Amino acid sequence: MNIAIASGKGGTGKTTVATNLAFYLQHHAKEDVALLDCDVEEPNCHLFLKSVCLETKKVILPVPSLDPDKCTGCGKCSEICQFAAIACIKGKVLTFPELCHGCGGCILACPAGALSEQEREIGTVETGTSGKIKTVYGQLRVGEAMSPPLIRAVKSHAQNGQINIIDSPPGTSCPVIQAVKGCDFVLLVTEPTPFGLNDLSLAVEMVRVLGLPFAVGINRSTIGDEKVREYCRNEKIPIILEIPEDREIASMYSRGRLVLESLPHYMEKFEKLYLQLKEVIPC
Amino acid sequence: MLKELVVISGKGGTGKTSIVAALASLLNNKVLADCDVDAADLHLVLQPQILEKKEFWSGKTASINRENCAECGKCLELCRFAAISNDYAIDNIACEGCGVCAYFCPAGAIDLKDNLCGHIFVSRTPHGPMVHARLDIAEENSGKLVSQVRTQARALAYAEKRSAVIVDGPPGTGCPVIASISGASTVLVVTEPTVSGIHDLERVLELARHFRIPAIVCINKWDINPGISASITNKCEQIEARVVGQIPYDGAVTRAQVQGISVLEYDPGSPASLELQKLGKVVESLLNQ
Ligand code: SF4
Ligand code: SF4
Repeated sequence: MNIAIASGKGGTGKTTVATNLAFYLQHHAKEDVALLDCDVEEPNCHLFLKSVCLETKKVILPVPSLDPDKCTGCGKCSEICQFAAIACIKGKVLTFPELCHGCGGCILACPAGALSEQEREIGTVETGTSGKIKTVYGQLRVGEAMSPPLIRAVKSHAQNGQINIIDSPPGTSCPVIQAVKGCDFVLLVTEPTPFGLNDLSLAVEMVRVLGLPFAVGINRSTIGDEKVREYCRNEKIPIILEIPEDREIASMYSRGRLVLESLPHYMEKFEKLYLQLKEVIPC
Repeated sequence: MLKELVVISGKGGTGKTSIVAALASLLNNKVLADCDVDAADLHLVLQPQILEKKEFWSGKTASINRENCAECGKCLELCRFAAISNDYAIDNIACEGCGVCAYFCPAGAIDLKDNLCGHIFVSRTPHGPMVHARLDIAEENSGKLVSQVRTQARALAYAEKRSAVIVDGPPGTGCPVIASISGASTVLVVTEPTVSGIHDLERVLELARHFRIPAIVCINKWDINPGISASITNKCEQIEARVVGQIPYDGAVTRAQVQGISVLEYDPGSPASLELQKLGKVVESLLNQ
């Protein structure tokens, strides 16, 4: 069972929902839970869950490496590459590993056997625990642009027979799609403001393109206007969580603490969320 | 020389767009660019009137012509992105457009087709010209689109003899951010005094250093946690990234957003507006240097 927490825009409270839901599921619903943080550019869940890292694994991408002695300068490799990651200029081959998607095409295309695969590290995946919650997060190397392979590596830790919560990166393009693809349910977190609405409508389009079942959670629900609720009503999208604007939550958040640990009266909200999730997702 | 200030933040939702909108109303003679192409929001505050719309084509997707396909399985074997199913259908979303399948298909049954990925707009706003874009849902290559938005914005600035480009950047540290900041004159990093805010700020400043771009910092909602704000300021001093603004938490910012205007227009005397005016002065003098 994979539940993705996503949002068109960042900073709407995705991490708050993901971490507190994990906490609720483990402590109160006694479910087996894993939190997979796929926001590999800015992974934050572990800060709130105070996870203990047990293992760090490098994630590598295979990129071409040239044996200049074998190269005949024919240029076949640069012909096949769609990403300008390998160039053949006046018979001399240059590679640009940061642009390489690791498709392996150039290596197959080289008639001289001059290219082989070399490993390039794009980031790490850290696995650990926070109490009984399994935590996994990816950390993209700074300056690195290729996040989807790292997201796939984090997601590969999702296991059957437990609830895997997938905290997605913001946006509607490749990284978030890698994160939500194949999930059983997506909870889109938003705010009741024009920014929130604009980004929510983009996120809704995205989950519809992917054909995934989804619902909306509204964070800081007492600020702003009614337009997000109106939109959800018109689009027949269920709203299954509302968290009011609360300075105490902001203050807990700023200190890296979970809402449910410090403000137990919010337990009810997460219980309700859990019951609704159980209804929409047949376990 | 044309200056380019890029406003970024490690984490989304730190108030980047509201700050860009405020700068837009404070600074003269600028071109604005929204490079948060995944979830562009600046248009909600600046209400641009679109003058020009251009198509953005990028990347390719493979498609199999079933009539020619001999079902030999070669493409299945070679595709590293699991984009081809056992019955030879291509999953457009998984396909990276590398073309390996097309190149090696013995029957020549696979074509690579160009993707229309979105649009770029050139607009007029009450605060000057603006270039923005919309990436279609589930399309890749936001980095490339970001580069094109910046190129257009710079061209517009030259054509209209404007002295600077103010860019609303995307969140994160990945491909679109790299495309937004490479070669810029200064980055303004917006952060919040939270544990995750510091964590993300450090990563973004490291990124700016990696590309050798001078960085300044603005702490939004600094009074949510004055202690963390102070340690952010300390840390920034150590690495020579000056904190040039501390905006207090102010409900007027959200109310302005709901009205679709910048907080300076909504309530110029509000606490956030007063601080933003100071920030505007610092940025102005940096851009005029
Ligand atoms: S592996 Fe693919 S993407 Fe990388 S250089 Fe070779 S052809 Fe280009
Ligand atoms: S295909 Fe092989 S032989 Fe030809 S230029 Fe590339 S590396 Fe050299």
